[in-house]
Amino acid sequence: MNFNHRQTAHCESGAIANLLTHHGLELSEPLAFGLGQGLFFGYFPFIRLNHLPLIAYREMAGAILKAVVRAVGARLEVQKFRDPDQAMAALDRLLEREIPVGLQAGIYWLPYIPRAFRFHFNAHNLIVYGRRGDEYLISDPVMPWPTTCARADLLRARFAQGALAPEGKMYHISALEQVPSLAPPARTAIKKTAARLLNPVPLFGVKGIRFLAKRLQKWPKKMPPEQVKLHLSQVIRMQEEIGTGGGGFRFLYAAFLQECGGLCADPRLTEYSLKMTAAGDRWRDFATMAARFCKDRTREDDSFPRMADTLRDCAAMEEQLFRELLAL
Amino acid sequence: MKISEVPNDTGITEGGREIRYAVDESGLYSPVGSTGWEPVNIANSLAWEKIRQEVAATVTAIESGRLSPLAYYMALNQMDSALLAGYAGISRWRVRLHLKPFFFRRLNSKALARYADLFNINPDDLRRGKLFPPSYPPIITEPSR
Repeated sequence: MNFNHRQTAHCESGAIANLLTHHGLELSEPLAFGLGQGLFFGYFPFIRLNHLPLIAYREMAGAILKAVVRAVGARLEVQKFRDPDQAMAALDRLLEREIPVGLQAGIYWLPYIPRAFRFHFNAHNLIVYGRRGDEYLISDPVMPWPTTCARADLLRARFAQGALAPEGKMYHISALEQVPSLAPPARTAIKKTAARLLNPVPLFGVKGIRFLAKRLQKWPKKMPPEQVKLHLSQVIRMQEEIGTGGGGFRFLYAAFLQECGGLCADPRLTEYSLKMTAAGDRWRDFATMAARFCKDRTREDDSFPRMADTLRDCAAMEEQLFRELLAL
Repeated sequence: MKISEVPNDTGITEGGREIRYAVDESGLYSPVGSTGWEPVNIANSLAWEKIRQEVAATVTAIESGRLSPLAYYMALNQMDSALLAGYAGISRWRVRLHLKPFFFRRLNSKALARYADLFNINPDDLRRGKLFPPSYPPIITEPSR
């Protein structure tokens, strides 16, 4: 089977964009991310990953897939398995029918991933497009080129344990009835995303960013310096690691808004794209300063109140933008 | 972010490239390859340093007879007893017992084989308490300026 590998910033939006493109619906990654309503913010101090708080810059794993296929009029068949052998047999059957298959996988067990990224993170997405004996041909959206993975390793990754366990989850496009225009679903997706980020729950969206700012400012008083550094590094890594495009998906969303400007023939969206870019740049300012604290290389005017204010800037910029998007 | 501002601070990607979205002079977005960004390298190396410390503390505990060799491979693979229990298919309370030298010495060969298989080592080496070194990522060096 011929499969066009295309490297993307984020695994889930990349996997679904590449699968749909294979089935004849040319879709960019930003469009998939935006239609998938991927943009998000959430700060959950009571959910711990390696004893550090969970901070999410995008929607829950699997949400993008579902929202994209609904928006473009495709059908996604999703299966989960109890039995590893059945899971591999089902994958083989689809490959024999020349159908590329998306998998959810634990990144820790994938040998081709650079070692420094191998933590127990179970919501990675990749595409299998063929098989040579015990070697599977893999198009992993975050890798520069197609790669291969031995059956034993793939099996372990598909049945990774712990939080967000994939349980052998696999998916493929089973039908595609293209909607006449992507403009109406794009508008709907933008409004839904804006509404969600403006919600009144203190942990999510704009309020979540302010909540993080408030808590972060108190960290130096609440815990020893080593813990503070680990907490800061956690925020940076959740924001930037594994090709989140920088600025915690903000640039990816800005690219989406720009593409929508053309799609909907609405110049306001191009303008909003610029504002989203500005917010992303502010997130980068925050990460840069936080990293200086991690390395004990702080400058004279670096301080926790200033770091918190940078976050509050992000919140203010995004709040204004989302209000405008909601009124679109 | 402008294309000219896309960072190329080689570190954790080991020279591989990841995609970042950036704007060109006319303000148009496109995906651009990047070998990494220094703040992320710093944050990531801090996380690895924490793992190294935990492994080192475990080795000390094993040498003083407080923990079994199983604890070493558990820490090395960034697991806690719950995660190890999930992977080995052995109940959590039994895993906790096996972390103690007293119970580890009496471990049956079936359970031992499950652990050995998971950690990709020889069951006899595991029983004898061989601690193979980690295949850790290289220590991240600062990019030259």
